[in-house]
Amino acid sequence: MNGLTLLLVNFRRKRIRTILTICSFAIALFLFGILAVVNAAFYQGIALAGADRLVVRNKISLIMPLPYSYKERLLKVPGIDLVTFGFWFGGVYQSERNFFTQFAIETETYADMFPEFIIPPDQWQAFLGDRQGCIVGQALAERFNWKIGDRIPLKGTIFPGVWEFNLRGIYQGKRPSDDTSQFWLQYKYLEENSDLLEGQVGWYYARVDDPDSAVEVSRIIDSQFANSPYETTTETEKAFMSSFLKQFGNIRLLILTVGGVVFFTLLLITGSNIAISIRERTSEIGIMKTLGFSGARILFMVLAESLLIAVTGGAVGLIMAKLYTFRGDPTGGLLPAFYLSPENIFMGMTAAVLIGLAAGIIPALQSMRLRIVDALRRV
Amino acid sequence: MVQVNGDAKTEALIQVRDLCKTYIRGNESIEVLRKLNLDIDRGEFIAFMGPSGSGKTTLLNLIGGLDLPTSGSIVVDNDEITVISGNRLTEWRARHVGFIFQLYNLIPVLTAFQNVELPLLLTRLSKSQRREHVETALSIVGLEDRMHHFPRQLSGGQEQRTAIARAIVSDPTFLLCDEPTGDLDRASANEILELLNRLVEEFGKTILMVTHDPVAACNAHTTLHLEKGVLIESSKTECK
Repeated sequence: MNGLTLLLVNFRRKRIRTILTICSFAIALFLFGILAVVNAAFYQGIALAGADRLVVRNKISLIMPLPYSYKERLLKVPGIDLVTFGFWFGGVYQSERNFFTQFAIETETYADMFPEFIIPPDQWQAFLGDRQGCIVGQALAERFNWKIGDRIPLKGTIFPGVWEFNLRGIYQGKRPSDDTSQFWLQYKYLEENSDLLEGQVGWYYARVDDPDSAVEVSRIIDSQFANSPYETTTETEKAFMSSFLKQFGNIRLLILTVGGVVFFTLLLITGSNIAISIRERTSEIGIMKTLGFSGARILFMVLAESLLIAVTGGAVGLIMAKLYTFRGDPTGGLLPAFYLSPENIFMGMTAAVLIGLAAGIIPALQSMRLRIVDALRRV
Repeated sequence: MVQVNGDAKTEALIQVRDLCKTYIRGNESIEVLRKLNLDIDRGEFIAFMGPSGSGKTTLLNLIGGLDLPTSGSIVVDNDEITVISGNRLTEWRARHVGFIFQLYNLIPVLTAFQNVELPLLLTRLSKSQRREHVETALSIVGLEDRMHHFPRQLSGGQEQRTAIARAIVSDPTFLLCDEPTGDLDRASANEILELLNRLVEEFGKTILMVTHDPVAACNAHTTLHLEKGVLIESSKTECK
């Protein structure tokens, strides 16, 4: 027998209570994991935004276009070395529930602007060689079980008619949290087959050679187009993503509030269970002290018990959350990167450990300070 | 030899001098022990008797270092325990005192073997040395065939014998028994008393036992009566 044996026998002493406490931890940490995934999915754009990319959009609204001619003028702004653009396609694949992001892109520059997306060169060339070609992300391809060569029809909502595309390539992200749920088509294909574009683009991306100059370059761009029919708002990609997400409300506050309530409730449940468990063993603790177990050792034992429950429950909950994310985005495209990162797993385990410590510290201190004669009197 | 007048020579194993213990309950102060003196030599078997609330258990707790006196001193084997505190007192207790309680106080989720092994976890003994000590202690109390049983699988007498094995496994200087037969039937009580006698006679242990049972007290070399905080020695002839 050793200290670990003692810990384990106490752990198994009231199995139902221990299992229920572990379950409450597991459910809370599962919820934490899912909330963390949702939070990351919502804010991944901000986290992953390129520090050197600016987004130039119509000052009135993102849905208002900008002239194609702005591209050359943007390239002349000091500090900008690359410009590309996109247009929201907004097609429907089979059913409106199958939502995913579709961009008409400028093929000459888009891949250079977004080096975080990896596309095999031969696939990229095949895409360039086919006006009806399209590229999709790995997650999107898996979602609809698409393979290279597949023909994909999209029903246009902005651009009327049914548009057919040939899948020419599948891109992957350099990082696990990169968004691989996008669908890219050629801007030229759209331009050649629709009268709606009329030399307009949805937004521009401009790359600055020095990220520190991003604010100054943004100011220059906006002043250049001031008092024109198409005034611009230019901001860093991070700021753009942030303001875009504000349209959905304060998701982070919601997540923090729900998470905070769950964890506080968990703290009360666990603290109460551990306190009951320790109170039931008051005489045993008295006996152990009589036999020579020091107060510090008793404190450590109680805390270790609390931590064991917390870590077991936390690990179970986070494993469940991780397994759940393997099923992919349950919203059908709203949360493209449905991924529980190692950082969030670490945060979850840290939270579990802290709650375990917080729940155990009061009973542990009471046990440490318990006078032997008082403990023995309670037999 | 046992003396209660405080005149004994300094060789006594346990020397209690002018020991006072007063409890404060609200505005009331209850003087449980009054300037008590006691000298006990090695190898003695002492029984303390007296009415409930006379301070028997309090005296035992003080000698065992479980509680602190209001005044006075207790010296055990040349260590003045009344001036030791905290972890040092805990270590002293682990090294010198074996406790036996009326309700056995075994840990219910540990086997007899593990209960007896518990005090040895605080020592530097290896696993095999611990096993050897535990098996020896359990064989002394006659429970070598029950070592893997849990307390709920043992009779009251067997539980108390396990508690005795736990008390002697670390070879303490003396044993403190608080009504060790109080929860047992006569036959089991006699077995326990026999065992305690064996520990004194064969292994030279010093035993201080609190009891209400005159039959149990008669097994001791000396019976001391505690009344109103004062010790009175009674003659062995009272047993006959």
